[in-house]
Amino acid sequence: MITFDRVSKRYESGHDALNQVTFDLADGEMAFMTGHSGAGKSTLLKLIMLMDRCTRGQVVVSGQNLTRIKRRQIPYYRRNIGLVFQDHQLLFDRTVFDNVALPLVIAGAQPRDIGRRVRAALDKVGLLKKEKLNPMALSGGEQQRVGIARAVVNKPALLLADEPTGNLDPKLSSEIMQLFEHFNQVGVTVLVATHDLSLIARLNHRILTLSKGRLINDGTRYG
Amino acid sequence: MMVRGMDSNRQSERRQAPRNQLPGHLERRRNDFRVRKAPQKIYQRVRGYLSNHRDVALLSLTRLLGTPAASLMTWSVIAIALALPAGLYVFLQNAQQLSSDWDRTAQISVYTSLGLAPEKSLALSKSLKTRPDIKEVQYISPEQALSEFRSLSGFGEALEYLSENPLPAVIVVYPQTTQGSVAATEVLLEDLRAMPEVDQAELDIKWVKRLYGLMALGQRAVMILGVVLSLAVLLVIGNTVRLAIESRRAEIVVVKLVGGTDGFVRRPFLYTGIWYGIGGGVLAWVMINLVLFWLYRPVAELVSSYSSGFTLAGLDLSATLILLCLSAALGWMGAWIAVGRHLSDIEPG
Repeated sequence: MITFDRVSKRYESGHDALNQVTFDLADGEMAFMTGHSGAGKSTLLKLIMLMDRCTRGQVVVSGQNLTRIKRRQIPYYRRNIGLVFQDHQLLFDRTVFDNVALPLVIAGAQPRDIGRRVRAALDKVGLLKKEKLNPMALSGGEQQRVGIARAVVNKPALLLADEPTGNLDPKLSSEIMQLFEHFNQVGVTVLVATHDLSLIARLNHRILTLSKGRLINDGTRYG
Repeated sequence: MMVRGMDSNRQSERRQAPRNQLPGHLERRRNDFRVRKAPQKIYQRVRGYLSNHRDVALLSLTRLLGTPAASLMTWSVIAIALALPAGLYVFLQNAQQLSSDWDRTAQISVYTSLGLAPEKSLALSKSLKTRPDIKEVQYISPEQALSEFRSLSGFGEALEYLSENPLPAVIVVYPQTTQGSVAATEVLLEDLRAMPEVDQAELDIKWVKRLYGLMALGQRAVMILGVVLSLAVLLVIGNTVRLAIESRRAEIVVVKLVGGTDGFVRRPFLYTGIWYGIGGGVLAWVMINLVLFWLYRPVAELVSSYSSGFTLAGLDLSATLILLCLSAALGWMGAWIAVGRHLSDIEPG
């Protein structure tokens, strides 16, 4: 699903955010990406989301070489990827339902489908009864679950998460991780950037460890 | 191998999944990655597109109405800028109507040659009457002219000493005038002057011509004012939309990250601009009509003292439509300028 081939990213300031990173994430796999802050986790996710382009090497996502995707194609490319943010990035001027519906509205889905799929996604994260509320009225864990519902409502093949449990307590964090595992079990490729080591240590998944822009470990254990 | 293991895992998971998780809707993996629009039937695409436009248009209107004071302020500024040229246009239309009334009262005094026999000048008067560009003629014989002159001028005594009538016969010609037919009247005047029997022909319409000149100038002024104030409207709307873009920065980032195209991001702001424009246009229309309403009575009284059929005309349907379309277009363009300059600055990352 995701192939990084000797990928480097140097910012204009001269800072090397990623240095010769190579790895391969199979279709249907779930992996954690960890490392200290500034290790390059966010940069790596940005390259996959085409929020940024790599300076050297190749990123291939589901057979698409990202260097060949034109600016005008980026929106259509992004519709294939669900993205979960640390600060959930919900819009407080609309209801939970409308937040989750946003990717479908953007993709031009039929209104009938939108209702059905938004409710399915909210049901999945256990918030079906809160669809009419403003996200402001929800707790932190619930807001993050709305963010997850929005990420999966489009049935993406790939789900990326950037510190999804950064602001949550351990119990809520492990619930969120269970949700990700659940999506993975039904076939979605999942890549979660996190530095919550104690949490991922208990889950038996592949762990990619970045340090100063290099991939220093790739296995099922941190270190 | 690992993937295979997960596959069987997935199978068992699916069997165990509780019913309320609606597996069919979410749990089907979509393997195909698309970098183009999803294939859709044309009518579906059109319908989706139209319904999105409708929703976005309504949403941006709701947002404007959600901050009524600020929106009203912007609308008023736009309305004043639009009402000035539009009001001046209405004024000119009325002036034109009024002057066309005066135009109809234009007359040419034709002075026949002094030595012309009375029957010849009478014949000339009759032949003139048959011309299609002449509506009416009035023959004034030298005797009539003299007596009129005597009674009006106060030189009555002096005239007694003249051995013969020094005045020629005068034919007053009323041209067949339609609106703004100064040019045709001029042609008629030239024709009359060229006649051998005619000594002189005077058109008492010079001032109407000057008025037309002034009005042509006024029309230019309306154009210039319109262009300048339209620019002002563009800038006002552009700036307001720029502020709207700034305040929705977070939303724009999210929309771009979940796959919103530039067009999708742009659309609500373009509609915001259109609503600003239309609102300003409607308010300008109201302003103009209020002023006209306020002027109606005094104008009617003034006009009735001149026993003229003139009534104050407002903006007619087509002028109203043009005003509204123009203001909507200005709003759209102003928004485009702002969107083009500022939207590309906001990129996720």
